[in-house]
Amino acid sequence: MKLTLKIWRQKNANDKGGIKTYSLDNVSEHMSFLEMMDVLNEQIIAEGKEEPIAFDHDCREGICGMCSMHINGQPHGPDRAITTCQLHMRSFNDGDTIYIEPWRAKGFPVIKDLVVDRSAFDRIQHAGGFVSVGTSGNTQDANAIPIPKADADKAFDAATCIGCGACVAACKNASAMLFVSAKVSQFALLPQGKVEAKRRVLNMVEQMDKEGFGNCTNTGACSVECPKEISLENIARMNREYLKASVTGE
Amino acid sequence: MALTGLFLCLFLVGHLLGNLQLLIPGDDGQRAFNEYAYFMTHNPFIKILSYLTYFSILFHAVDGLVLTIQNKKARPIKYAYNKPERNSKLPSRYMAILGSAILIFIIMHMANFWAVMHFQEDIPLEKMTYVFESPSGESVDFDYYTTHNNGVTINNFRNHVPVSAVEKDSLTGKSDVVIKNQTEFYVDGQKKKIAEGYKDLHSITLAFFGHDKEDKAGLPANEYAIVAVLLYVLAMVVLAFHLWHGFASAFQTLGFKNEKYTKLLDGFGKVFSVLVPLGFAIIPIILFLTK
Repeated sequence: MKLTLKIWRQKNANDKGGIKTYSLDNVSEHMSFLEMMDVLNEQIIAEGKEEPIAFDHDCREGICGMCSMHINGQPHGPDRAITTCQLHMRSFNDGDTIYIEPWRAKGFPVIKDLVVDRSAFDRIQHAGGFVSVGTSGNTQDANAIPIPKADADKAFDAATCIGCGACVAACKNASAMLFVSAKVSQFALLPQGKVEAKRRVLNMVEQMDKEGFGNCTNTGACSVECPKEISLENIARMNREYLKASVTGE
Repeated sequence: MALTGLFLCLFLVGHLLGNLQLLIPGDDGQRAFNEYAYFMTHNPFIKILSYLTYFSILFHAVDGLVLTIQNKKARPIKYAYNKPERNSKLPSRYMAILGSAILIFIIMHMANFWAVMHFQEDIPLEKMTYVFESPSGESVDFDYYTTHNNGVTINNFRNHVPVSAVEKDSLTGKSDVVIKNQTEFYVDGQKKKIAEGYKDLHSITLAFFGHDKEDKAGLPANEYAIVAVLLYVLAMVVLAFHLWHGFASAFQTLGFKNEKYTKLLDGFGKVFSVLVPLGFAIIPIILFLTK
C-alpha cells in the first residue's frame, strides 16, 4: 500500500519544529507500525538529504512502554489495548494519510522528532512508588501473608501499567492521574504497601503537580487509550487514599 | 469542584420543587407560590442555605476557571491532528464552556427575577378578590391585599388590606394606607406598620412567560415571552449536558467508584441529569402555552 505520512520533525528541544510530509510506497499490511517507520527511515537515509526520524522503541512486543506515537489523533493509533509496536499496517488502507506526532504535554518535553522526555514519570516513582523492605535476616515465605484474591488481582491489574504515557497524551488536560493512580493502587491494595501508604500518595501527587501535568476532569480518555486498560477505579482509589492521607497523615 | 457541584445538585432539587408550584392553577397556586417565596426570603435557615449556594456557585465558577487555565497550560503545544471523540464523551470535554453558559444564564436569571424581587420598589403585591352577594342580590367584588401578619382592622376586614384603602383619593390625592419598603403597609402619617404584604412573584413570573396580568397585578404580558421561554429551555439543555458528566464525575473525584455501586450511581446521575432540567424546562413551556 501507498501512504502519505505527515510527521512531526524537530531537531532538538529548542527547535520550533513542524509537520513534514513523506510519501511511502510498497508498505506491507503485515508490517508493524514501527517496521513501517524503519522502512521510511531507510528511504530517508538512502536519499541522504536529511537525518532519519528519531522515535522511541525497545522491546517491540508491547511490554516495555517505550514506543510513544500519537497516530491519527490517538495515542498508539486507532486500535485498542495495544502499544504502537503492536499496531499493524492492516489497520490502515491504501492511500491513507497518517499524522504522526509526539506526546504533547508540558511534563513531556520533546527531545527530538517523536522522542519525548518521560523522566517526569521516573521522578514521580522516586517520590513514593516503592515499598521499603528489610533485607537483614531470612527471607519471609511469600505465602505467609494472606491477601484476598480480589485485592491481589486488582493490584496486579494496576501493576501492569508500563508507564508509556499514553494516558497523558490522550487526556485533554495532559493529566497523569491514571499513571500515578496505578502506581499508588498496586501498593495500596497490598499489606506490604500499607506501611508507607499515606506518605506515598501525598508525595507522588505533589511530584505529579510539580511536573506540570494537568488536573483530572474524569473524561475517561486515558483508560480508553491505555494499552494495558488500566481502570478509572484506580483514580477513584487514589482520590480516596489522598483524602484519607490529607486528613490523617503526619 | 465535586463538593460544591453536588451541593448545587441538591439546590437544583429544592429549587425545582419550589418552581413546580407555579403549575398549581388559580388563586391556590398564586397563594402557594408567593407564600413559598416569602418563606424562602425570611427563614433564617434558608438564609444560611442561600449564602451557601451563592458561595458554591462562585467557588465552583472560580475553581473551574483556575483548573481550566492550569489544564490549558499543561499542554502548551496542541496536536495538529486530534480525535478526542474516539476516547471520551462530548459533555466531558466541554464542561468549562457548558458551565460558563450556565453562569451567564444564572446572571440573566438573577437580573430578571432575583434583582426584581429584592430591589424593585414598586413591586406588585399579591391581591385577591372576594366575591359576595350584596343584600340587594347582585354580586360585588371586593379586592384586598393578602398580608402575612395580622393587620389592624380596617373597614371591618382583619388580616387583609383593602385595595381601596391604598388607592389615592381623586380629590385630596391622599390615601388611607401607604406601602413602604416594598411590602409594608402603614396608615398614612403614622409610624406603626400595620401589615406586611406578599410580593406577587407568581404574577411577575407568569407575565414574564406571556400571561397578561394587566388587570390584576398591573403587569402586561412580556412581548418577548417566546424568546424568554426558548432561552430558558436552551439553558436547561445546557444544564442537562453539564450534569450528564458532572454528577458521576463528582463521585469519581470523591473516590466513590467500585464494581458494586458505580453502575447505580452512574445510572442515577443520568436519570437526574435528564429529569431535573426537564422539570425546570416544562414549567415555562406550560406557562407559555396556557397564557
